[in-house]
Amino acid sequence: MAIIIDEKKSVIVQGITGREGRARTKLMKEFGTNVVAGCTPGKGGDNVLDIPVYDTVLEACNYAESYMGEPVDVSVIFVPAALVKAAAIEAIEAGVKMLLLVPDRVPVWDAMEIYAAARSNGARFVGPNTLGVLSPGRAVIGMIGGRAQSAREWFKIGHVGIISRSGGMTSSCGYYLGRAGVGLSTLVHVGGDSALGLRIPEVALMFEDDPDTRAIVIFGEIGGSQEEQLAELIATNRVTKPVIAYIGGAAAKEGTRFSHAGAIIEGGKGTHAGKVKALREAGATVVPAFGDLPAAAVEVLNRHNIPLQLA
Amino acid sequence: MARLHEYQGKALLKGAGLNVPRGAAVSTPDEARRIATELAGPVVIKIQAWTTGRKAMGGVAFANTPEEAATAAQRLLAMKVGAFPVEQVLVEEQLSIEHEVFVSMSIDDAARRPVLLLAVTGGTGIEDRAADVARISVNVNGTADRDAIKTRLAASRIRADQQSSVTDAITKIAALARKIEARSLEVNPLVTTKDGRVMAADCRMTIDDYAVFRHSDLGIDIARELDHPPTRLERIAYAIEQDDHRGTFYFAQLPPDPEKPLIGFHGAGGGGSMMSMDAITTAGFSIANFTDTSGNPSVAKVYRAARIILAQPGLVGYFGSGSGVASQEQFHSAYGLAKAFLEMNLAIPAVIRLGGNSEDRAVEILEDACRNLPAPVRGFKKDDTPAKCAEVFAKLVQQWGSKPATMTRTVPAFVGAASAYSFPISGGRVWIDHASCDGVATETVLLHSAGLLRGEDRKPVLAIPEAEVATRDSDLIACEIECRRAGTPVVFVDLPILGLDDRS
Repeated sequence: MAIIIDEKKSVIVQGITGREGRARTKLMKEFGTNVVAGCTPGKGGDNVLDIPVYDTVLEACNYAESYMGEPVDVSVIFVPAALVKAAAIEAIEAGVKMLLLVPDRVPVWDAMEIYAAARSNGARFVGPNTLGVLSPGRAVIGMIGGRAQSAREWFKIGHVGIISRSGGMTSSCGYYLGRAGVGLSTLVHVGGDSALGLRIPEVALMFEDDPDTRAIVIFGEIGGSQEEQLAELIATNRVTKPVIAYIGGAAAKEGTRFSHAGAIIEGGKGTHAGKVKALREAGATVVPAFGDLPAAAVEVLNRHNIPLQLA
Repeated sequence: MARLHEYQGKALLKGAGLNVPRGAAVSTPDEARRIATELAGPVVIKIQAWTTGRKAMGGVAFANTPEEAATAAQRLLAMKVGAFPVEQVLVEEQLSIEHEVFVSMSIDDAARRPVLLLAVTGGTGIEDRAADVARISVNVNGTADRDAIKTRLAASRIRADQQSSVTDAITKIAALARKIEARSLEVNPLVTTKDGRVMAADCRMTIDDYAVFRHSDLGIDIARELDHPPTRLERIAYAIEQDDHRGTFYFAQLPPDPEKPLIGFHGAGGGGSMMSMDAITTAGFSIANFTDTSGNPSVAKVYRAARIILAQPGLVGYFGSGSGVASQEQFHSAYGLAKAFLEMNLAIPAVIRLGGNSEDRAVEILEDACRNLPAPVRGFKKDDTPAKCAEVFAKLVQQWGSKPATMTRTVPAFVGAASAYSFPISGGRVWIDHASCDGVATETVLLHSAGLLRGEDRKPVLAIPEAEVATRDSDLIACEIECRRAGTPVVFVDLPILGLDDRS
């Protein structure tokens, strides 16, 4: 099963003719993603890697439905930050139900407008500022792994779902778990910004409903309330699968931002200590050092009789 | 979030139709006297600084005469907040306040929508009276729920005939926050005065960094959350980021711990950087700066970041580490770092964790290019944890004597020489030492020039039009480093950093 993306889902790429869009489309295709069409206004009629390009999302959706016989499941957006709002709302209004917003520096009020549009149309999105989502052995959206070959080497197939607030650490978690023999169902980078489409607690609920996923690994960070909300879900038995977490930023001081817009402690809320305490009290395993994560995951999987990798 | 000073925020509130006290920001006691004279009455003088609790630190003064105002301004302008001198004070009419209301617009991350907090018992200490604070719904267009505000005010002691004006003021605050794309906009207090006015007596505003480009009228020169006004190096770094949007570059200086050895920190990826900072702090070091170059940055960007990090005085070492399993090709970063270390003739140990795609190549480039530098340079890969790298780093720094070194940038003698072949690139020039280009050297140059150069009379020259190469900056850095590695240092990419290399 996996969540958000698998090899059966049909994907379009908005901004496919740009430098990043083109490069990442190649990675996605090579890894097994079913990329059916691309969009760039004014570039309709072009081809990128044998993928037809349309001027609008609606045209791309019509093509996918009438010629390929499959509605578009996911749109991956690689357009400049200032244009993300228009691109995302275009996709939502064209009926796409899952979006991935890769760009960094999307204004927060734009993100909130996209969220409002998504809600009223029954759509959801990952990001902004996300490295993407990858289901080992199936498909990837975004740019996790960089190269298809690296992604295949790094990530094993199994039953652990990863949710991370850091792009680089999404890959790191997956790689180090793989080295310890632990396979994965899906890796999700929720994005580094403060107003996100899907947040850790919501992705955890998706993993809770996914039969392939039997445990959840979290790379959390200081700032915001995502980890605290997850703790609440665990405490109230809405997330019942074992959770193993690491929270970064113990050394960070209040008020200064460390790259991720979301990773800022304000008004004494969202501290490292507070998150660790909330998760531990709810029953999650929280490791003090990142290097302890793989061993802790193996221990938890063994304790719950969960096979490390897909048998 | 780019912060605004109180006086800047009040100008915006005034523009949005709110009343603010009469007054002006000044930077000398004479100006303070003049403003107080104009106001013709008792005044309040407030330091303009990014801090809370100004009153408690003595940053607020009251004066009855222009002379008193000048004296008070003189004292306040001599103050420091943290390490930063107060540069401006706001001189305003004193208000006779009847009621205070706390109004705060911010972004509710969990709800992904704005939220307006309102307390009709405003003023100081509101943080400790959470029960008094109501959450008023605001939509993403900045329209606040008027009825909810009215209900709240009806329960207050504010005069009934003033409640409508207060409601108006609050809805205008919400709309202003939307208009200027504030991450937070706090008016505390919004007051009613004894003479029947509704006024914003104080305010704090931060604008979304990512939206600053749409609001040039706000005059924000550096859109970054910092707990201090930007330093010289932060300004230099910010200018680079604005000129070059390939990947991320973030640079912020941190307050050093004088008890601990100071190091330059160069992360890659926010989460990995934070984790690496935790590791290096645990190893007993004080971090001079937080830097992040990630998201597939150009070679030139990594080079410039390293140069700025090394421009900080007092460093005993250079520690680079990020997520460790980078999706980006890591050899680009290796070239950028090697170039900076070579130009500065690095005299402090460096440990760089370059894990990720092409990590073998990246580590080989870095270590080999830097093999003849005075100080050791070590590269690590994805199987090396930040803790292990920090341990190796600590050992190297100790062996090296934990001493800071003064380093100056040197460029090869052929830079600027009449005999050298040269052409402009974005932000600088490429220089090729034609006098030293024998057959072997030329062959090496061409091999690593990515097709940008060709041989002519056995010397490398441009293979593409000058106008085409003029928009690039990173391509020939690999060529420069590879030529040095091969023992034929005939290429130099001169990318002087504005504000750093023009001071000598």
